[in-house]
Amino acid sequence: MLDIKQLLDDIKASPYEVIEIKSPHTGVVEFAGLKPGDKVTGVSGAFKEKPGTLLAHLTRERNRKPINAPERGEVMEVRAELEGKFVEAGTTLLALRHYLSKKEVIELILKKALHLFVAPERAKYYFIPEVDQKLKVSGKRSVKVREGMDLLIVSRMKRETPLPYSGPEGLIYAVYFHRGDNVDAGQPLIGICPEDQLTLIQDMVTKVQSDWDEPE
Amino acid sequence: MDTEKRVAALRDRLTYVRDIFGDRENDTIRMLRSKLAEFLEAEPSLPREEQWARLSQLEELFDLLEHRLDAELSPMDRVRIVRHPQRFCLKDVLENVYDNYSEIGGQGEHSIDPAMLIARATFLRRVGRKVIDQPVMVIGHEKGHGEEFRNGGSAKPWGNAKALQAMRVAETENIPIHAWVFTPGAYPLEDYPGAAQQIARNLYEMAGLRVPVVAVISEGGSGGAEAIALADKRLMLSHGYYSVISPEGAAAIEGGLRPGQRAGAELVAQCASQLKITARDNASMGFVDRVIQEPPLGARPDHAEFFRRLRRELIHATNEVVSQVSGMKFVRALALRRRADEASDGREESVYMRWDMGSRAKDRLVWRRAVRFRQMSRWAYRDPRSSVRRAYAALQDIVWAGLTLFRHDFLGRRKRRVMEVMEDIAAEAHVLKRRLLRPFRGSGGDGEELTEAAPEVREMLTCLSRPGEDACRSETLWDWVSPRSREDRTVTCPNARTHGCPDLWAPDLFDEFAGVCSTCGHHFPMEHQWVLHNILDFKSAYEFNAELEAANPLGYEGLDLKLAQARKATRLKSSCITFETTLEGLNLVVAALVGSFRGGSVGAAEGEKFIRAAERARRMHLPFLAYVHGTAGIRIQEGVAGVIQMPRCTIAVRRYIEAGGLYLVLYDTNSYAGPVASFLGCSPYQFSVRSANVGFAGPGVIAETTGMPVPPHYHSCWKALSRGHIQGIWDRRDLRKNLHRALLTMGGRNLYYR
Repeated sequence: MLDIKQLLDDIKASPYEVIEIKSPHTGVVEFAGLKPGDKVTGVSGAFKEKPGTLLAHLTRERNRKPINAPERGEVMEVRAELEGKFVEAGTTLLALRHYLSKKEVIELILKKALHLFVAPERAKYYFIPEVDQKLKVSGKRSVKVREGMDLLIVSRMKRETPLPYSGPEGLIYAVYFHRGDNVDAGQPLIGICPEDQLTLIQDMVTKVQSDWDEPE
Repeated sequence: MDTEKRVAALRDRLTYVRDIFGDRENDTIRMLRSKLAEFLEAEPSLPREEQWARLSQLEELFDLLEHRLDAELSPMDRVRIVRHPQRFCLKDVLENVYDNYSEIGGQGEHSIDPAMLIARATFLRRVGRKVIDQPVMVIGHEKGHGEEFRNGGSAKPWGNAKALQAMRVAETENIPIHAWVFTPGAYPLEDYPGAAQQIARNLYEMAGLRVPVVAVISEGGSGGAEAIALADKRLMLSHGYYSVISPEGAAAIEGGLRPGQRAGAELVAQCASQLKITARDNASMGFVDRVIQEPPLGARPDHAEFFRRLRRELIHATNEVVSQVSGMKFVRALALRRRADEASDGREESVYMRWDMGSRAKDRLVWRRAVRFRQMSRWAYRDPRSSVRRAYAALQDIVWAGLTLFRHDFLGRRKRRVMEVMEDIAAEAHVLKRRLLRPFRGSGGDGEELTEAAPEVREMLTCLSRPGEDACRSETLWDWVSPRSREDRTVTCPNARTHGCPDLWAPDLFDEFAGVCSTCGHHFPMEHQWVLHNILDFKSAYEFNAELEAANPLGYEGLDLKLAQARKATRLKSSCITFETTLEGLNLVVAALVGSFRGGSVGAAEGEKFIRAAERARRMHLPFLAYVHGTAGIRIQEGVAGVIQMPRCTIAVRRYIEAGGLYLVLYDTNSYAGPVASFLGCSPYQFSVRSANVGFAGPGVIAETTGMPVPPHYHSCWKALSRGHIQGIWDRRDLRKNLHRALLTMGGRNLYYR
């Protein structure tokens, strides 16, 4: 059985993710003048069109390419000794410390604690009428699913086929799709948690929601 | 009127004056303020008669000083006047100028575009003992005294489409159109029908509209104004403005501002004054026919006398248009002409002309409209040719016209007739032969006998290609190679992250690959010479009108230097190159807009060259290709002399297409604004190279105007194709093949090679 408490303690002990920025190919490195402790931003904009903070330039065959921060965080280490040097592909240039947000922590816990039932093909998905009604009346966590149970209807190109559930027995904890939306193949449809862990997971999520300090 | 109302009116007048002059408070305004304050302080203690007397004095003072302030108005003050919520708007015109009207384009918010108002209106006139009802179609922008849903009179593409529909109705019903321009510019949206493409469609239709069109300009902002203002008579209100761009937009470009940054008030005012946007300027440059005088500091809805004058001017202008083209008019035409020289005295209403016209008068109307616009802005470019050379060129044109008439219209028509008869005879004989020979053929002898193909043809069709022979390459793959190919460096494809494209070596990319990524097919923008030399055989082409030179017609500060720099950098005299060339054995006329000369912007010289190219193609019965390497829009520093190229060139294009020509447009890099919204966007065949971005306004302007974030690649040619703005996208390496196929498969009746 998954020890959720232990998992949370582990995350609390190191509440960040270390991102190593490696050179994508060979070339001469020029750092953008960042020092350890400097804050950086990741990709932003409504369409993710704005690149993150400039970290360094890598020049190969007179082609100077920028290397930008992929996530928000803080510079942990800069390998200043590489400034102006030729590096091989895959050489670590900088390390960033990305503090996990509340949402990311919850996602991390749920990813480990829940069984995700994914979409087998790109289509619109609906719950079968009985399940749908039960979800509407009594809420998500009232529906118990077991292997082989007819759970969803796949609607694609004017065809509707039932989709049986496969996976461990448990309760529906999260529904990841909206009615009428197209879901790509491989995207999670629902998250299932074992019945005995439901209270524990709910407690953990509440705890994270209330206690987790968001990084600035 | 009781005292409170009169005081409130004076307060309003003072507020209005202060709004108009902004932060430029002068002694006159201060005096008005102090006098009103003095009166308000003393008012409670004064007897009623004294109050009224002093109020009357104060009102007279306001009248007097408003006259004085009117003389001090700067161009930017006039911009503030037309944008003021107290400015009269189209609804006020409908109420006060026409005798009766029905809105047919929606009501208030319940309209496809509340910024565009359409109404059927009538003038009721007494002529002798008869009362005559003269209907007109009123089309115009509605600003709505600050009603937000009207977007300040910025019409959306579907608003302009609605206007076009109303114009067609007017044409069917044979009634004149009165177009009222109250717009700061078109609302920049690319959704179908698209801001640019719809304005282009409107201009194209208006170029051939067979009813009189009278336009009245109060606020004439660039493309938005042109969408309804291609008229036979253009009147302008004395306190209005008509400009290529809003002063704020010009200041943002001049100041090199980024989206979100604001230009300083001083720079905006300077741009407003340099752009020559006032009614007097436009009348002196010949872009409007007459200026209608407004009351001091601009007309507001309660100026009843102004509306009476407006009514007289409108009736007079419509009469004038009709009288210029219709038959029976002698005495009335004389009366109308005399009226034009006199001050308005109300007599002109007694002149009655029927506004529905016969088909010959309609032909003359369209012809006169074309001639009128052809004459505009001819002073705004430089033609350094001597008068002898000009006369020689004119003579050449006449000879060519005569030759064309003889060759294509006289001989060509007969030749075509003979060919048709011969074709018919041959087809009859073929059927007859088959019928006669049928009894002698075998049972399977229905089809023609198959002839044996030559051995080399058979081998070519049936054998595999031999890579060892390097079938795809030849020594001279491209005649012209970009200088960028001489750089020893690699280039990153913008799709490298998503498509995993490896870096490309510049000598490969810009030479053999023709600027196309060998992995994902991304097209890097190339120089204009690439297409000119590799596809259009510019080396052996005949270039004409190369002498015409872009000038600085408004004396805009700094433009001379910028033009000199552009001339030095590109060795061109304008951004338009016109030439006659051959493509796979077919002759065609090409007008190329070059993006490296002032961003490919179009001014009077470019417009004139484009029109002359269209005329040449029409005269010589050749297909006409507009190759748009890049264009940033109309050259703003030329003001209305630039924006007037939109209707001018569109009329030329329409005349060419109607004469039976094939007008093709090919976009290459970035093409935006005015040209796309007129003579390019009106083509029925618009294609683009995969590197192109096509649109009306850039992302910064859209975000600034609409407040909506603009997604990346919003203007890419693929999006333009999905929106239905263009007809196809071609790979740069296949341009020659595709252009040739287009020339063979499309086109009008006059292209003799078809």
